Amino acid sequence: MATAIAADIESASGSFSGSRRLSMRLLPYALIGPSVVVIGGILGFPLAMLVWLSLQHYGLRELIAHTGEWVGLQNFQAILADPLFHEVVVRSLLFTSACVSLTIVLSTLIALLLLRVSPVVRGVVMSALVFVWATPVIVTVDIWQWMFDYEFGVINYLLTQLHLGNFIHHNWFDNPVQGLGVIVLVVVWGAIPFVTITIFAGLLQVPSDVVDAAHVDGAGAWQRFWYVTAPTLKPIFLIVTCLSTIWDFGVFNQIYVLLNQRPSSDYFTIAIYSYRESFGVTQYGLGAAIAVVMVLILVVVTLFYVRETVKVAEIA
Amino acid sequence: MIAPGTAQGVLAGRSRSATAGRVRADLWHRTRQWLFDAIGLAVAAVMLFPIYWMVATAFKPGRDILTLTPKWFPAPITLQNFQDAIARPFFLDDVRNSLVIVGVMLVLALTIAFFAAVGTARFGFRGRTAFLVMIIGVQMVPLIALIIPLYLMLDAVGQVDSLAGVIAVYLALVLPFMVWTLRGFVANIPAELEEAGMIDGCSRVGAFLRITFPLVGPGLVATAIFGFIQAWNEYIIAYVLLSSPGNQTLTVWLASFTTNHGPQWGPLMAGATLTGLPVVAFFLILQRYLAGGLTAGAVKG
Repeated sequence: MATAIAADIESASGSFSGSRRLSMRLLPYALIGPSVVVIGGILGFPLAMLVWLSLQHYGLRELIAHTGEWVGLQNFQAILADPLFHEVVVRSLLFTSACVSLTIVLSTLIALLLLRVSPVVRGVVMSALVFVWATPVIVTVDIWQWMFDYEFGVINYLLTQLHLGNFIHHNWFDNPVQGLGVIVLVVVWGAIPFVTITIFAGLLQVPSDVVDAAHVDGAGAWQRFWYVTAPTLKPIFLIVTCLSTIWDFGVFNQIYVLLNQRPSSDYFTIAIYSYRESFGVTQYGLGAAIAVVMVLILVVVTLFYVRETVKVAEIA
Repeated sequence: MIAPGTAQGVLAGRSRSATAGRVRADLWHRTRQWLFDAIGLAVAAVMLFPIYWMVATAFKPGRDILTLTPKWFPAPITLQNFQDAIARPFFLDDVRNSLVIVGVMLVLALTIAFFAAVGTARFGFRGRTAFLVMIIGVQMVPLIALIIPLYLMLDAVGQVDSLAGVIAVYLALVLPFMVWTLRGFVANIPAELEEAGMIDGCSRVGAFLRITFPLVGPGLVATAIFGFIQAWNEYIIAYVLLSSPGNQTLTVWLASFTTNHGPQWGPLMAGATLTGLPVVAFFLILQRYLAGGLTAGAVKG
């Protein structure tokens, strides 16, 4: 509308030349230009370069010479034949599904609880969630490392006091299953605030008269949630599940820093493996191929969620 | 036919049992409410405990930290851990690096994002939709996958281990979200306000600068805080790109603490508290900005 009025003023005064009008037409392109350059140059170009790198042999020598050696699909053949890679992919998928499902279930329970508590308690829980949300990931990793310390960690003390077993001098990271369990706990704890607050905001939108009507018709609490609340919230569940999957599949900091920047191969997820192959053993081509596989898996997962979301939107 | 008297008796009886029922329901209701509140407080306590434990440890003297039976409250309180953390090699260097990186990046990002926000919110042009789709789509790419090409790219132009390289990457990292959010803020300010200014004799640019720009202020603050938090918390890019200890950022310093110094939990928790503090403070401000309706009531109808 501003444009229309501007055009009116321009034509009415009649003193504007064609070049002025042309520059008006080019103005929006000039405005978005810098963003396009930055995003294209620093995100778009590297993405293309990643694909190109995955088709090269690119080691330390090539790094110094700044040119790779074209090997076609050899890097992909190498990782597909590598038993460790299979193990890593399976571990990543299990790790991601554990993190995502725990995050969604616990967040939903807390969000439902928030509907029932008194306003004061709701304020307290909300503040706690915001505090956890705001704390930088590296800071939280350091805290959990201290709490799970084998010697003076508060968790070992509490578990022993609660008679859940003898956890004195128990090192959680000796056994990778336990160690990954701790990492899942750290990731889920950090993810709960965002997901809970999003689901709670969605719950507030569920029309209460529909829920009441179901209640009058004799639906129990579980039925009311499963048949009335959950379907209304489906778009929100799809979005938070999709985002959580993208984030948890790429988890790096929690694993890498909790294990003092030297995770053993028992702890490799696809992100760590790609990092190791490239920066640990300077096989940038192999590392890039692993990263390409990671992006492809994520694209498939995201497309699934997008299709589901579109379906929901069509029904609604 | 029921006689009036009988009907009254029935009514009275009903109301008596109804009162008893209501008392019972009330009691049940209150017990249930109390139960929910108790669970809610327990959830809050469990979520907050790690953060409490960090702050409590940071204020404890060393002998109270390394105890087999934990001391739940920091008494006596000491600031020794904070002094130790600050006196550690490279702490102050890395604070300065973090501030420089975040500061320069924010100035650039806000300027560039604001231009793009105005361009997409105020003008219709060919390629606008494509641009907006790119802004959303690019946020789906996991950063961890781009580290290898980013490293090689910056290495080719000699910007590895320089703050400029990290600033460039962070700029691209925060820009899509910033453009998207700022676009919303600009679009929310009715163009009618600008038009009114132009009718009153402002030039187009003047109307924009005098009317729209001040109203976008809160939006700029909110996006700036978002960018601050993103960049201040980032770890992996800074870790890969910045190799010399004097060039690193605060998160890299913090992450390598245990590896380089052994587990000295007191100073580590003090350093962690200092790193988290500005973020928590800004986050609380951000909440308020995002909650308020910004131009509510500026134009009626």
